[in-house]
Amino acid sequence: MGSLFRSEEVCLAQLFLQSASAYSCVSELGERGLLEFRDLNPKVSAFQRRFVGEVRRCEEMEKTFTFLQQELRGAGRVLGPCPESPRAPLAREALRVQEQSEQLAQELREVSRNRASLRGRLRELRQYLHVLREGQRFTSWPAPLGSPPRPRALSERDPLLDPSLHQHLDRKINFVAGVIHPWRVSAFERLLWRACRGYLVASFMEMPEPMEDPATGESITWVIFLISYWGEQIGQKIRKISDCFHCHVYPYPESEASRADTMSGLHSQIQDLSVVLEETEQYLAQVLDKVTLALPTWRVQVQKMKAIYLILNQCSFDVTEKCLIAEVWCPVRDLTQVQDALRQGSYKSGSSVECFVQRIPTSESPPTLIRTNKFTAGFQSIVDAYGVASYQEVNPAPYAIITFPFIFAIMFGDVGHGLLMFLFALWMVLCENSPSLRQSSNEIWLTFFEGRYLILLMGAFSIYTGFIYNECFSKATVIFPSAWSVATMANHSSWSSAYLATHPSLTLDPNVTGVFQGPYPFGIDPIWSLATNHLNFLNSFKMKMSVVLGIVHMGFGVMLGVFNHMHFQQWHRLVLELLPEMVFLLALFGYLVFLIFYKWVKFSAANSLEAPSILIHFIDMFLFTSNTGNLPLYQGQVPVQTVLVVLALASVPVLLLGTPLYLCCRRRVPRTGPPAPVATEEQEPLLEGQEAGNSVNATKEDVESGGHSPDAKHVDFAEIFMHQAIHTIEYCLGCVSNTASYLRLWALSLAHAQLSEVLWTMVMRQGFVRLSYVGGVVLVPVFAAFAVLTVAILLVMEGLSAFLHALRLHWVEFQNKFYVGAGYKLCPFAFAPDTWE
Amino acid sequence: LLGIFFNVHSAVLIEDVPFTEDDFKDGPERIYGLYEQVSYNCFIAAGLYALLGGFSLCQGRLNKRKEYMVR
Repeated sequence: MGSLFRSEEVCLAQLFLQSASAYSCVSELGERGLLEFRDLNPKVSAFQRRFVGEVRRCEEMEKTFTFLQQELRGAGRVLGPCPESPRAPLAREALRVQEQSEQLAQELREVSRNRASLRGRLRELRQYLHVLREGQRFTSWPAPLGSPPRPRALSERDPLLDPSLHQHLDRKINFVAGVIHPWRVSAFERLLWRACRGYLVASFMEMPEPMEDPATGESITWVIFLISYWGEQIGQKIRKISDCFHCHVYPYPESEASRADTMSGLHSQIQDLSVVLEETEQYLAQVLDKVTLALPTWRVQVQKMKAIYLILNQCSFDVTEKCLIAEVWCPVRDLTQVQDALRQGSYKSGSSVECFVQRIPTSESPPTLIRTNKFTAGFQSIVDAYGVASYQEVNPAPYAIITFPFIFAIMFGDVGHGLLMFLFALWMVLCENSPSLRQSSNEIWLTFFEGRYLILLMGAFSIYTGFIYNECFSKATVIFPSAWSVATMANHSSWSSAYLATHPSLTLDPNVTGVFQGPYPFGIDPIWSLATNHLNFLNSFKMKMSVVLGIVHMGFGVMLGVFNHMHFQQWHRLVLELLPEMVFLLALFGYLVFLIFYKWVKFSAANSLEAPSILIHFIDMFLFTSNTGNLPLYQGQVPVQTVLVVLALASVPVLLLGTPLYLCCRRRVPRTGPPAPVATEEQEPLLEGQEAGNSVNATKEDVESGGHSPDAKHVDFAEIFMHQAIHTIEYCLGCVSNTASYLRLWALSLAHAQLSEVLWTMVMRQGFVRLSYVGGVVLVPVFAAFAVLTVAILLVMEGLSAFLHALRLHWVEFQNKFYVGAGYKLCPFAFAPDTWE
Repeated sequence: LLGIFFNVHSAVLIEDVPFTEDDFKDGPERIYGLYEQVSYNCFIAAGLYALLGGFSLCQGRLNKRKEYMVR
């Protein structure tokens, strides 16, 4: 396999598609998602392309679909996702889909319109009914017709003018009844009074139930008014005024009987209308059901169709041979699959001539394809975030799977926190198939979810380094008995109680026999957490560890460059670049590592007072001086160091000038050869009727540029020299600064340890202060606060910070030793299911 | 867990035990007594948390059942 080691071989190929079967072939290829199509018509605008009509048709269909979806949403229905992924439709099916969708849209529009008008009519009828009903209270006969009129006390419900009294007055009482918006009532009343003073009686009454306002759609309690007046002109005035105020005026029949008739007529009308409205609503629901069933499939189908036509637009049309030519980037391994897909496509469209694929050589750099599974995808993505690997370059991702969590763990080392992180990631991994986790819309959650394997490994490694640092929520764990014995020291120095009382801090001298019984089996001795000079010891240990790890990491990076040089057949770079680089790195910093280990091994507690300082030795090495107070580590140290420094300094000019001089010499030799054969080679047509050049896009200028002029050579040489100089400076200075940069491993682990210790001391210890049983109850909220702060500050904040610094160390210090990262990804044409809504 | 560690008189947790000056006289029994008291406090707190956890679990299950019944 080895596909994670470096990117796959990708070739440029040409597809020859028959016009009849082009559509189904591209559909097949899209279903499998193998190839990246190149645009062969970049200079043609979107409106001049071949299949613009079909694309436009798809877009029209999409407009209809959007309208349908809006209607659905307005009716409060939710569109479910498409259950299975349908294939792109053929021309006949597409036509059918278009017709059906338009028909449904038309029906929906009509039904909605009908419903709106029915509703409006119903509303009017209801208002009329209310008007009549309320108005009856004002104009109802208080006594039967035959009774003599007798004076009555005026009650509120009686009209001020009894119509029966005025029958002989020979004036006709007319009525205007209607409905008005409640906000306009007072203005209306005032205007009526001023305009028709004394000749009318107006009464206002609120409607018992609120009704919808047709203009705004909100429900308002309308006010019914009933105006009794006499005189024609007054009537006209009143009508004009009520028109101005946008009232709905209804004819008010005069006699009781006609009123009763109208009311019963209205009742029956309302009933009929309600029945019709109900049926309309039912029909609308049916139409919406149909839409809900069919719409998801249609949308996917039309989207696929549009994608296929957009791809077909990118192919060039060969008129003489009636076929479409497409240029694709295809992974070499998949060429047989592509052929298979083409065969199936031709078969499905029923054409007799088969489409085929042919590989063509190219001088362009193909895109990078690295196949990952769900585990490696996370690590590959953090490498790609820095830069996609150049074509066939060594991929740092497989090593990052281990080194990245390890470097993170060095900065994070705590058993308790690591365990929490591990359990969280384990939960995410075990539930990774649950749809509620996958389809969340929260971006931050999705980021964490994508990196669940990353977090799993980071947690696991943190548990390991936590055991090494012997820290669990900032407390040491005593798994093995401690190697230091206080009793022996006390007996040896015969500390009395008085002595202990006056000296708050005492030293345990390891030189005394029995006090120090040998190193702790795994990790740091737990007694250090009780010591006051805990940090002094730990700092020295962590600093040296960071430097050692940094140099190992960088050396590994330089060695990875070997694979690149070998693959690209640049053997000269092995000798002229790799060798001086390694010499420089090892002579200076490898020697530092050696000094660290040597001092650890050679010097023990017995001669610790005279132990030399490595730092001063290292500085003296560069300055070629010596310090008498600082004893040499071993015999002959000074000449060895001098030799190493001279070696390192000598390797710098080799690195600087080696490769450019070599390339310059190599180019000068075949300069006499004619540049013409180079051009004619590329002019060989690969197919009849095709232009010169590898790809259909190449123009005459590209072909002729194969023959360089001599002036260009000098420019090239200067460029190479400049490039190499920059590389040398970057490498040499980088070695020094990057080594120091690895000290951040020490700094961050110290910060983490101190933070967790502070959290414990400041928060948790307060819970232990009270000794009575009340303390147990107090401990509950204290622990809650401790837990929340642990998660928020130590896990999230420190975790992110350590993640960031580990990432930076990888990207800058590790990858700039060998990685170019100037490639681009292969984006195959595929109908990805998660791009659809 | 903390209760267990305090009960075993773990030396690492010495600074968490609230002691005063005269606790250091008459041998280490007093300090051990203090350790044990702190450990009992821890057990009480753990017990309270277990109660709370059980209570919230029961409530959660009841609510889920209620949702089923309403539908």
